[in-house]
This record gives sequence, C-alpha cells and structure tokens, in this order.
Amino acid sequence: MTSMTTEADSRPVTDQSPLLELRSVSKSFGAVQVLQEVDLTVRLGRVTALVGDNGAGKSTLIKGIAGIYPFDSGDYVFEGETVHVHNPKQANALGVEVVYQDLALCDNLDIVQNLYLGREALSSGFLDEITMEERAAETLAGLSVRTVKSVRQKVASLSGGQRQTVAIARAVLWNSKLVILDEPTAALGVAQTEQVLRLVRRLADRGLAVILISHNMNDVLAVADDIAVLYLGRMTAQVQAKDVSLTDVVQLITGGTLIEKEGRVVVTDPHEAGGGLAADQTPHETGDQP
Amino acid sequence: MSQTLSEAEPEATDVTAPAPTGLGDAWRDYVSRVRGGDVGPLPAILGLAALLVVFSALRPETFTNSFNFANLLIQSAPVIVIAMGLVFVLLIGEIDLSAGFTAGVAGAMLGIVSTRHDYPWWIGILVCLATGAVIGLVIGLLVARVGIPSFVVTLAGFLALQGLLLKIIGEGGTIRIQSETVLAIMAKNLPVWLGWTLYVVLIVAYAAVTFRQLATRRSRGLVTSSPTVWLAKVACMAVLLGVCTYYLSIERSRNAALTSIKGIPIVIPVVLVLLVLFTLLLNRTLFGRHVYAVGGNAEAARRAGINVARIRLLCFILCSTIAAAAGVLLASRVNSVTPSTGGGETLLYAVGAAVIGGTSLFGGKGRPVDAIIGGLVVAVVANGMGLLNKSAAVVYMVTGGVLLLAAGVDALSRRRAAASGRV
Repeated sequence: MTSMTTEADSRPVTDQSPLLELRSVSKSFGAVQVLQEVDLTVRLGRVTALVGDNGAGKSTLIKGIAGIYPFDSGDYVFEGETVHVHNPKQANALGVEVVYQDLALCDNLDIVQNLYLGREALSSGFLDEITMEERAAETLAGLSVRTVKSVRQKVASLSGGQRQTVAIARAVLWNSKLVILDEPTAALGVAQTEQVLRLVRRLADRGLAVILISHNMNDVLAVADDIAVLYLGRMTAQVQAKDVSLTDVVQLITGGTLIEKEGRVVVTDPHEAGGGLAADQTPHETGDQP
Repeated sequence: MSQTLSEAEPEATDVTAPAPTGLGDAWRDYVSRVRGGDVGPLPAILGLAALLVVFSALRPETFTNSFNFANLLIQSAPVIVIAMGLVFVLLIGEIDLSAGFTAGVAGAMLGIVSTRHDYPWWIGILVCLATGAVIGLVIGLLVARVGIPSFVVTLAGFLALQGLLLKIIGEGGTIRIQSETVLAIMAKNLPVWLGWTLYVVLIVAYAAVTFRQLATRRSRGLVTSSPTVWLAKVACMAVLLGVCTYYLSIERSRNAALTSIKGIPIVIPVVLVLLVLFTLLLNRTLFGRHVYAVGGNAEAARRAGINVARIRLLCFILCSTIAAAAGVLLASRVNSVTPSTGGGETLLYAVGAAVIGGTSLFGGKGRPVDAIIGGLVVAVVANGMGLLNKSAAVVYMVTGGVLLLAAGVDALSRRRAAASGRV
C-alpha cells in the first residue's frame, strides 16, 4: 500500500472526539427493516469507507445522514451534540455535503457556474462573475486540481474524472465538514480513478471528514483509514483499514463475520462483538446468519 | 486501480495558465469549437448571407433597394419579438404554441382600451402587457404546478385564445387602432440625425462595456482575450451597423417631392432595447443563470436549491408578456386588430426563427439574439420569394424546408457535440 495511507495510519485514532456519531439508528420502509440499530463513527481528517453488498443499506444510511430519509430511531450526534436532521437543508447547515453517483451537474454550464449553482455571488443585483471565477480557481488549486484547462470550460467537455472532481469541489466550496461520496470511481478508468482517489485522500488530509462508499476493495484499502461494513442492514464491523486485509473485508461483506486471524481482534460477528469495534447490541441474534 | 497513489501529478496545464489571446489564436479556437459541433448561430448567419446574395442576384432592382430593406426589417419585427419570448420557454425545454394568439388577444385589449374607451396609449399598452402576463401565469401554473405537458396546455391555449379573440372582436369585425403613438412604432422613422446619434451611442457603449470587462479581468489576473480581439469585434459591429444605418438614412420614397421617407424605423431601436434587456437578464442575473440550469439539468438545479417550478412559471409569464408586446407591433403594423391577428403562420414562423437562429428545442441552449438572426432569415425568405412572384404555396414550402434544414443542423451539431464532449 501507499506511503500516504501508512502516514494516515500512524495518526492516533482516538485523540479527537468524533465529528459524527450514529448510535443505534434504525430505518424501515413499511414492513422492510433496512437499517437495524446501526452505529457509525466518523472522525475529522479520516476517510471512512462504507462498504457492503447490494441491499446492505449503504444508500439508506447516507440518505439518513443527509436528511433525505430521516432515521426512525437512534441518535444522530454531530460534534458532540445530539441533533435532529429531517431535511437536506439541515444537513447542509451542519456542514454535511453529499456527492451523489449521478453528480447532478449542468452540462450546458461551465465549471464556475456549476460550482456556484444555487449559491451564486452577487454584486449590486448582478452576478459577480469575477469573484466567482477567482474563488473557483482558488478552490480547485487548493485541491491541487490541475487537470482542467480553464474554469470557463463547459462541464460537457470534461472527462468522467474531471466531472467527479468538479462535483467534489462543489461540495467542499462551502466550508463543509463532512463530505459523503457515493461510488465516486464507479464509472472511471484507471488513471481517472487514481486521480479521484488522490483527491479524496487530500480532502481528509485537509482536515475534512470523508465517508466513501465503494464497491472496489482496492480503492477502499488504498484511501480509507476506517472501514465500516454493513451486512443486511446491520453494522457488522467498523475497523481500521490497517488491521484488515482484502480477504477480510470481502469476507465481512459477503458473510457478515470474520472468524479468527492469528491474534488480531477484528471480531465482528454481531453475537459476539462485545469488544467495542463493532456494532454490539443487536437483539435479533440469528437474523442474518447464512 | 493500482495500490500506489503517488503524489506526483503528471497532469496538464495549470488552471491559471494563459489561454489563447491573439487574434489568430481566437480564430483557431473558434474554428475548433465549430468543428466540435458548437456552431451557435453560424449556420443561420451563413444562410442569411447566402439568401441575401441569391435574392440580390435574382432581383437586383427590387430586393436590394433601401425601401425594401426597411420594409423587410419592419415586417420581421413582430415575429422576432415573439421569438425572443419563446427563447425563454425553449431554454427550459418547453414550448408555447399559444404565443401567436396571445399577441392577438393582447393587441385586441390594446384596441379596446385605447380606441373604444379612449384611454391614453400608455394605459392601453400596460393593459395589453398585463393581459399577456395573466395568460402566461395561467399557462405557467398549469405546466409547472399541475404538471400538464406544455405542448398540450399551449395547444389548448392556442384554440381557446383564438376563440377568445373571435369573441372579443366579433365575427368579421375589426378594432381600429387610432393612437398616433402606437401607429408610429411601425410606420414612422427616426430623424436621420437621431439615427446616427443612436448609432454612435450604441457603438461607444458596446465598446466601453466590453473594454471595462476586459480591463477588470486583466487587473484581477484572470484569463482574457487580447485587446486585438476586442478591437476586431467592435470594428465589425461598427461597420455592420454603420452600413445598415447609412442604408436606412438615404431617401427611399418613390416620390421624394411628395413625401420623404428616410431614417431608421422606430421599431428597430425598440427591438434592440428588448434584445439588450433580455440578454442582460439571461447572462447577468440570478434568474437567467437558473433558467439555463433548469434547461440543462432540472434535477441538478433542484438539488442545488433552485425552485424549479418558480423558474418555469416565470419563463411562461415572460414569454406571454413579450408576445403581448409583439401584439402591439402587429396592431400597429396594420392599424387594426382582427380575429386573425397573430394567427396563421405568425407563431410557427416565430418558433422557426428561434430554432433557425440556434436555440435548441431540447432546452439549455439559446440566446435572445438567435431570435433576431433567425427572424431575419424567415423574413428574407418570405420577402424575396414575394419579389420573385412566387405564390404563397411556394413560400410556405421553402420556409418549411429552411426550418427543417435548421433543425437538422441543430440535431447534427448535437451529435457532433456529444461525440466531442461539448454542448
């Protein structure tokens, strides 16, 4: 793995209180229980990867954090205080920004116009293009984005990776604290994936908290500090990336458990996870065993 | 994905790298944009030039004289104004088929208020514009709030307003327009000196505004085109408008001793003022930016916190209000309003004008100036064919062909743009 990740790994985990803590949140749609007493801890300066198979509840979990589908029960603790997030505006006000898979960019507008969409700078009633262009260039430079020729390029002319970059820059332009990325590399080629992952790492290194959803375990192990695994609506493990191997993570995703590993405590089965790293109070003991 | 994310950045140029600045660079940049499918109004301008050459060659006497030139511009004005309104609804990917009869009904209201009830002309025009706004409000509410497709709503509006116009005026009836001021818009010309003064003011203002933008961007260290490009643009505009002003300033009366006809028709500065207003609205205001965003990707606009329904509603209100202004021009042109005012081919010519000028029917792309370029193409075809003594049948067929050609160019340039990653 990379120099970068090891550097992140060497950082102490517990010296700061978490930015976001979810305590046994649940969510159901009608009779379908999608999330069952899920715990999640997200810290500033760290990339938390959220993994799990299709239907494990990843999307529901981030939509709950973003205020799109509020949780039915459980605590949403942000910066140490219990808050109630019932709509996306409240999440934005806390400093939570989500970059969805479909990016939501306007192809017919240029980069600056997209970055400022809905929050345009005005001077005496008219659009302040110069200020917006300056700040857009600064933001992109701050993220070390050097791949775009001009900030006045139409978004339609950008590559997939560049579009992803614009969408991420849009999320961090507003002093956000937590950026949630939904499958940012799903549709990208090798070089562009690397470019986007580097950007993800840089966000965390700049002190933001990042939640990364991905199906690609190589990506996850390359950038994540923490890995949270959802299995059939339960958080079966939240571990540090340095403690696990690729096979471990795959096993957690597909089986929900991880048994033995010469001395390392990465136990994560809901029944026996008393040890603290995992979701530990699950009353429905046997529900998800294959 | 490799496991190594080296911090080495192999990528291209810096964000702040200087863009092409010289005249040659600007030209090459433009050519590459056109080749990439970003044709803008270029096909319309080329088509207009070709039509002018063809008709000038075929009818050197009648087509090119300044009387016909002025006539052509005046004739095209109502269609151009309706088309400018349509640009707003086309930009959000909708259509307004009722704009023609909105102009008719609004014109009838002008006649009723100013002729039948003898109110001053400006009250008549206010009532006329308000009528347009109300029609637009109803259409907009049905489309944006209720969710009926605009094609259906405005098709219904087309039929209903046609009936309303007939009801207001009565079968076979007319409402005469008697206000001197209203009639002057389409019938009178500016004094020659005032025409030239306006010309100078326009060029100086354009040069000053664009130069100020250039200078501000330079001083803030942003990428700009070079002053040479600026100078070339200003010079082009000065020459083009100068020729038009000169041409309109020469005596064009067939019997100059009896009546003198010279100077810029009043309607031209009226249309130019509307052009500047709408261009400012679309390019420099929050509303304009949001219109393009809604047209480009309504879902993205919604997620960015833009009230999409409100933008849609406002676009329909604007379109109908602008159509009402065109109603004033239609009434002024023939001194009266009849049950067929704004009917016939008026609306379809207006839609054609906007599309021929480069406004996309798919939303997100278009400018008010497109309406003027496209409107001139439509007017030149109608006028030139008329001078060739072609029947209405031929004129309709040729106009249809031109529209099809324009829509074809739009579709092809879109495909090209999709292939090269431009919109």
